[in-house]
Amino acid sequence: MTVAPFASGERPVPARRILQVLDRVWRRPGELAITICVFLVAALALVPFYRWAIADAVFHGDARACEADGAGACWAFLGEKLRFILFGFYPPEEHWRPALAVAALALLFVLSALPRFWSGRLLVVWAVTLPGLALLLKGGFGLLRPVATNDWGGLPLTLLVSTAGMAFAFPLALTMALARQSDMRILKALAIAYIETLRAVPMIVVLYVAMLIAPMALPSGLLVDKLLRAQIGVTIFASAYLAEVIRAGLVTIPRGQYDAGAALGLSSWRIQRLIVLPQALRVVIPAIVNLAIGLLLNTSLLAVIGIHDLLNTARASAADPNWLGYYTEAYLFVAVLYFGISHGVSRYSLWLERRLARQPG
Amino acid sequence: MSFFSHINHRIAPLAGIAILAASTLLAPAAKAGETLDKIKSRGLIKVGVGTTPGFFNPGSDGKWTGFFIDFGRALSITVFGTPDKVEFTNSSPQQRLPALQAGEYDILLSGVTQTVTRAFKLGFHFGPVLFYDGQGLLVRKDLGVTKGVDLDGATIGVQSGTTGELNIADFFRKTGKSFTPVTIEDTGEFVKALDSGRVDALTQDSTDLAGKRTQLKKPDDYVLLPERLSKEPLAPAIRGGDDQWLEIVNWTVYATIQAEELGITKDNVDSFLTSKDPSIQRFLGVDPSLGEAIGLDPKFAYNIIKTLGNYGEIFERNIGKGTTLNLDRGYNNLWTNGGLLYSPPFR
Repeated sequence: MTVAPFASGERPVPARRILQVLDRVWRRPGELAITICVFLVAALALVPFYRWAIADAVFHGDARACEADGAGACWAFLGEKLRFILFGFYPPEEHWRPALAVAALALLFVLSALPRFWSGRLLVVWAVTLPGLALLLKGGFGLLRPVATNDWGGLPLTLLVSTAGMAFAFPLALTMALARQSDMRILKALAIAYIETLRAVPMIVVLYVAMLIAPMALPSGLLVDKLLRAQIGVTIFASAYLAEVIRAGLVTIPRGQYDAGAALGLSSWRIQRLIVLPQALRVVIPAIVNLAIGLLLNTSLLAVIGIHDLLNTARASAADPNWLGYYTEAYLFVAVLYFGISHGVSRYSLWLERRLARQPG
Repeated sequence: MSFFSHINHRIAPLAGIAILAASTLLAPAAKAGETLDKIKSRGLIKVGVGTTPGFFNPGSDGKWTGFFIDFGRALSITVFGTPDKVEFTNSSPQQRLPALQAGEYDILLSGVTQTVTRAFKLGFHFGPVLFYDGQGLLVRKDLGVTKGVDLDGATIGVQSGTTGELNIADFFRKTGKSFTPVTIEDTGEFVKALDSGRVDALTQDSTDLAGKRTQLKKPDDYVLLPERLSKEPLAPAIRGGDDQWLEIVNWTVYATIQAEELGITKDNVDSFLTSKDPSIQRFLGVDPSLGEAIGLDPKFAYNIIKTLGNYGEIFERNIGKGTTLNLDRGYNNLWTNGGLLYSPPFR
C-alpha cells in the first residue's frame, strides 16, 4: 500500500502534507534510517560550523582580537575590508560611482527579466547603459575625475565584464549561428572555423592572447587598454558558445515553417526575423541563462592576467600584513555573493521556463 | 554542467611558457630610451607587483604600501619628481615575465629572482638586488627534522611557476633522496595545505614562509629550517636592450643605499644640504653638475630620501623588526655592517 500521489493541480494544505510525509517515512524503515543518518551528519557538520561562524566569531575589534585563542571566524576583517573586496583599488572617495554602476546594472537586470518590458526599446536601453556605466567608472569629464581601469575592481568589474561579454556576444553569436545554418559554403565554413576554434581552446588562452599577443600584433602606437582587450577576449569566447546555443534553437524549427514563409512571399531575412528567431530564441532561453551564469563565474580567470575581479580582490584583501591570512572569511563572503547572484538567476530561469511553457507561441 | 570545465589551472603555467617563447620571438628587443619615452608620454610608470605580504600590501583604502612598492615610488620620484605617478598591477608568477616582455609593464618589482637563464635566454635586464632571499623549508616540528635531507620521502608543497619548484627538485636530485611535490597555485591554499596535513613541508622563499608561518593555526608547531636551499636575489626586472632605463633603475636603488651609508635619513636630510662635503653636495644635488651630466633631476636622491627615507628606513618600516614579518636585516645590510648592500660612488 502506497500513499496516493497528490491529485494534480491540487495543492495539499501543509498539515495534511506533513502527515503524508510522516506516513510515508513510517511505512519505509529504510528511508527512516537514511533520514536520521542525514540529519546526524548534517548536525555533525553544522555544529562546528555554527561554533566557528557565530558562537566563537569575532565581530568587532582589530586583528589582535581575531588572533585570540579559540576565536572563530573573523567577521571584523570583513567589516574592515568590505569596501576593498567590493570595489578593489578604486579610490575610496569615489566609491559612489562603482556603487551606482552596480545598482544600475541590478535595475537593468530586473527590467530585462520581466517579459512585459521585452521590446526593441530594451535593446536601446542596454546599448546606452553599458557604455554609460563604463564612462561613469572611467570619468575624466565634467566633475568626475579620471580613474584608470587598472584601479577598477571587485563586484562592479565582475558584473560589468560578464554582462557586457554576454550582451556584446549576442549579435556576434546570432550572426555566427545563422551563418553556420546558411547554404553559402564559404560563410558556413568560416562560421564553423570560428566557433570550433574558440570552443577548442580554454578561456585562459584567449585571455593570454588578449593580454600578451594582441599588443604585439597591433600596429605600434595603437594602445588598447588591457581591460578592454580582456573584455573583447571574453566577448569573443562567449560568442562561440552562445552561437552553438542559438543554433540548437534554430534546428528545433521544422523545415516546413521556412517553406510556409517562402510560400507567403517573405524574404529569407524576414522569415528568420518574423518566424524562426522568435521561436528559436524562446526555446533556448534557459540555456542562455545557464551560459550567463557560467560566464559570470569564469570572470574569476581575469585574476590570472592581473585584473582585480571580485575573487581577486578577496584574495588581495587577506594579504594585508595587518590582517594577514583571513582567506576563509574573504572567500566565504564572495562565495555567498556569487551564489546569491547565480542562484537568483537560475531560479529566474526556471520561472521563465514555466511561464513560457504556459503561453506558447 | 559547466561548459568551461576544460579550463584547468594546470594549463596556466604551460600557456605562460608557450606565450613567453612566442613573445620572445615576436617582440623586438627594447631600444635605449624607448621605455623612458613611453613612460613620459603616458605620464605613468607601469609596475608589475607580487603578493608577498610586507613587500606588497593592498591597504583597506585601496592604496599600495610595502617594501617593493616603495622602490616603485622611488622610481616615480626619479622620473617625475613625485611618488604617485606609478601604477601597480598585480601579476602572477606565471604571467609576469611574458607581460613584461609584451610591454604591459615597464618594470617588474614583484620579487623576481635574478638568474642566468632569465638574462640570456629570455633577455631580461636586472637592476641591483633589492632583497637577498633564499629558499627555505617550513616543516612541522613533530617530524623531528633539522635538515632538508631528513625530508626523504616527504610530501612538499611548492608554488607553481616559481624558481622554488625547480630548486627543490634539484636539491633532492643532488642528495639522491626522493620527495613528492604538490604544486599549489593559490596563496591561501598554500598555507592550508600545511595546516591540514596534506603536505609535510612547504618550500618557498624564506621571507614568504616567515609571513606564511604567522598565518598557520598554531605557528609554534612549525619551524622554518635555518638551511637555505638556494640563493634568491630578488631584483627589479626590465626588458633587455634599454640601457638608459636600466641606469635609471640602478641609480634610483643605489641612492637609497648610498643615503644609508652616508647616514642620511628622511628626518635629517635637510641638515645635510649645508654640508661642506663635496660628495654629499653632489649626491643631494646641491651641486647640480652630476644630475645635469646624467640627465636626471639633480635633486632626485634628495627627493627620494625626503619622501621615502633610505634603504634601512624602507626596510624597517615595511618588513623589519616590529612589523608582522619581523625580519632581520641579515644579508640585506650595508657592506660596512656585514651585509651585501654596496652602492657605487655618486661622482
